[in-house]
Amino acid sequence: MNRRMIVFAIGKLLSMTGLLLFIPVLISFIYHESQGLYFGIVGVILLLIGFLVSRKVPKKKNIYAREGFVIVALSWILVSAFSAIPYVLSGEIPHYIDAFFEMVSGFTTTGSSILTNVEAMSHTGLFWRSFTHWIGGMGILVFVIAFIPIASGRSMHILKAEVPGPVVGKLVSKVRATARILYVIYAALTVIEMILLLLGGMPLFDSILNAFGTAGTGGFAIKNASIAAYNSAYFDVVITIFMILFGINFNLFYFILIGKVKDALRSEELHYYLGIIALCIIVITCNVLPMYKNVLEALRYAGFTVASTITTTGFVVVDYGKWPLLSQMIILVLTFVGASSGSTGGGIKISRIVMYFKSARKELRKALHPHSVQTVEFENQPIDGNVISSIQGYLVIYLIIFVVSLLILSCYKIDFTSAFSAVATCLNNVGPGMNVVGPVGNFSSLSDISKLVLSFDMLAGRLEIFPMLLLFAPSSWRK
Amino acid sequence: MKIIVLGAGKVGKTLIKHMSNEDHDIIVVDQNATKVEEVVNQFDVIGVVGNGGSYDILMEAGAEDANLIICVTASDELNILAGLMAKKMGTRHTIARVRNPDYSSQRDFMRNQLGFSMIINPELEAASEIRRVLSFPSAVKVDTFSRGKVELAEFFVEDHSRLNGVELSQLHKITKTNILVCAVSHNEDVIIPDGNYVIKPGDHLYITGTHRDLSRFCLDIGVITTRIKNVIIIGGGKIAYYLSKQLSTQGIKVKIIEKDKNRCQVLAEKLPYVTIIHGDGSDDELLNEEGIENCDAVLALTGLDEENIVLSLSAKSLYHKKTIAKVTRMNYTGLSDVLKVDSIVAPKKIVASQIIRYVRAKMNKDNDSSVKTLYKIVDGEVEAIEFKVTEQFKYLHKTLNEMKIKEHVLVAAIIRDNEVIVPKGNTTMELNDYVIIVSRGEIMKSLNDMLRG
Repeated sequence: MNRRMIVFAIGKLLSMTGLLLFIPVLISFIYHESQGLYFGIVGVILLLIGFLVSRKVPKKKNIYAREGFVIVALSWILVSAFSAIPYVLSGEIPHYIDAFFEMVSGFTTTGSSILTNVEAMSHTGLFWRSFTHWIGGMGILVFVIAFIPIASGRSMHILKAEVPGPVVGKLVSKVRATARILYVIYAALTVIEMILLLLGGMPLFDSILNAFGTAGTGGFAIKNASIAAYNSAYFDVVITIFMILFGINFNLFYFILIGKVKDALRSEELHYYLGIIALCIIVITCNVLPMYKNVLEALRYAGFTVASTITTTGFVVVDYGKWPLLSQMIILVLTFVGASSGSTGGGIKISRIVMYFKSARKELRKALHPHSVQTVEFENQPIDGNVISSIQGYLVIYLIIFVVSLLILSCYKIDFTSAFSAVATCLNNVGPGMNVVGPVGNFSSLSDISKLVLSFDMLAGRLEIFPMLLLFAPSSWRK
Repeated sequence: MKIIVLGAGKVGKTLIKHMSNEDHDIIVVDQNATKVEEVVNQFDVIGVVGNGGSYDILMEAGAEDANLIICVTASDELNILAGLMAKKMGTRHTIARVRNPDYSSQRDFMRNQLGFSMIINPELEAASEIRRVLSFPSAVKVDTFSRGKVELAEFFVEDHSRLNGVELSQLHKITKTNILVCAVSHNEDVIIPDGNYVIKPGDHLYITGTHRDLSRFCLDIGVITTRIKNVIIIGGGKIAYYLSKQLSTQGIKVKIIEKDKNRCQVLAEKLPYVTIIHGDGSDDELLNEEGIENCDAVLALTGLDEENIVLSLSAKSLYHKKTIAKVTRMNYTGLSDVLKVDSIVAPKKIVASQIIRYVRAKMNKDNDSSVKTLYKIVDGEVEAIEFKVTEQFKYLHKTLNEMKIKEHVLVAAIIRDNEVIVPKGNTTMELNDYVIIVSRGEIMKSLNDMLRG
């Protein structure tokens, strides 16, 4: 365990976070708000800590997979913990655990909120909340790597631990260049969405923040009624389309950019992703048709909700708690499915789900023909046995965490649907659940312990479990 | 520069290790997925899994617009095929490792007619290196610059050496020769010393000078420089074959001990002027019988690293002979200090450094003062580079004192009109001089890189 290198990398990260905290300070100048002061103070403190800690460049720069995991897990916890402080200082979220929950929810792009009245927040506070979505969506450390060289050639271990998906590859030979390309695509898409929202007549501040929320597939609303507050079919359609776009593997955008459109469109994961979305929208539209005036309206609400759930964004245009049970259950199942690997979305990921089904089918065939030799193929490539056993292990650990969290939550006063959907929504980084924590409710009524457990779940979900578990495993710290 | 490295073996990995720090886009191709993943995790490169001789894989690796392809897979034929294909597909330069002696005579044809930029034969290179080391009894390693005009030798300071406790500025009191200590390594640490450095036992001194001065230096510090007249080679592999050919032309008597009867037969046919002994090189009786006590050097060149190290250890301690051991695994090369083996020669390392030298030279051949020769010394931490002074150099006709030279950079020698100058503060750099620069931790692409600011 190269502890010095871990400290060094985290120091760099904290300085970067410190710098980013000055953006809300700017916002507070524009809107003449006092909250910026607290962001500034924490920013300066972080810069100082970061400077002191990473002043000395470690001699041994070698990091391996486990250092990568620890750096990523620790970074996410620390960044959330520090950026929660300004909210407590300014009194906007007086209780620290609430603020921590809110920040974890922000960075992990979950979008579950403990705020009962979002509209009462200052512009500064709202901005930072949504900005965490944007940074957390593509990854805090990916952002840092794009600008500062950390572990020279070995940053790949960090990238692997942070970017979601069972198999992580680079776009170009340099990790830094890869990180930059990802961020450029990401930023460009965000700006396009922002402009489209602006053209539709949304105020500038709202369109920036909603674009952040969509880009990171986060879903922090800046209105109490979320996107429904605007009550505009145009916004709904734009946001639906962009949610779906941000749920696509970013490598595909890169392929399109360099002119390999055919390769991009041939992606098997993309076909399944779009197929599942289309199928669910059709079923739900038919199911909820009687509740709305016409097909188009039903389609608009069904489409938005399906996209919002499968990409794990969590924006709300309609209280789907009132929908028929079938539609509600489809939404709940989509919570688990999640977006494509290599996107900003959470959940189990389409690629894993497809591989689960394919390997299950293989086992079935094997039962019929015990001596048959078969391979599982994905994206026209045979999948390595290691990958299959690792994604199966992932599912088992995922379920264990789910059950344990559910047990802890049920120690406190809560009904089954709320508890179940709260864990599901947090572990999959979606945002709203059902009942108490449903689309029109929020997480403020939960106990502190529950909030901490859910914070853990959100981090575990965003980082795909292993980094968080390894951080707490004694064997990864042993020399 | 976009570089494709074919083969993620030991040589491939060393190449990648050095080149990935130098701002190249590197694509590594290997059939073994685990090996590729290992390299991708370790270095900032991208990997392609597949057969490098196939069109699709080369296309995927981007051979159309690559500047260089380095083929270092285990198979000669694959290296040649991949090199040829990449060249036709648009790669500008091709380097292939070809080790079969049958092909060694057609190197020129491959270069001129098939368009290879460089054909490298690790065994041949290793043999040349061993020959150079042998010509300097005490030097551990010798590299040459400017077609042999200047040599860079590595000396190990023994416990009872006359150099112990001597300040570098006082070195001229011991030896009257014109030499310069340009780097000192002790255990793992390397420094570029100034005049106040005091030599300690266990130091490795890297010294530049002409061959004559360096030989004089050996005499002055009391190292016996008996000329090597006959050597025993244990293990009759390819290196032994090339080496005996080279040594025989210098009039050195060579005896090869080889275990395998058939191989002995082949060697005996190819090398009629060499004594071939069929037997086990680790057998004491046999070594005595063949007169190990009377030979000047023992070279352990069998296929097993461990055997080579142990053989040269025993030859060193029992018979006090000069010994050279060949090792394949790179991580053993640092052991020569601990083990008191005179030299360790790693063919793969030699190949890697030659290719890197080529790459560096190609990098700025077109713009200004280009790299002529480059050696990586002390496990690649320090580089000794030869430049030609061109008009682009900012301090033309200025003395060294006037130049603002970076820390950890030293001007080791200047060659002007075939004459070697050991630089002092008032030495100037003129047009068309060849300058040898020793630097640590700096990537020197042109002569101006040694200047501050």
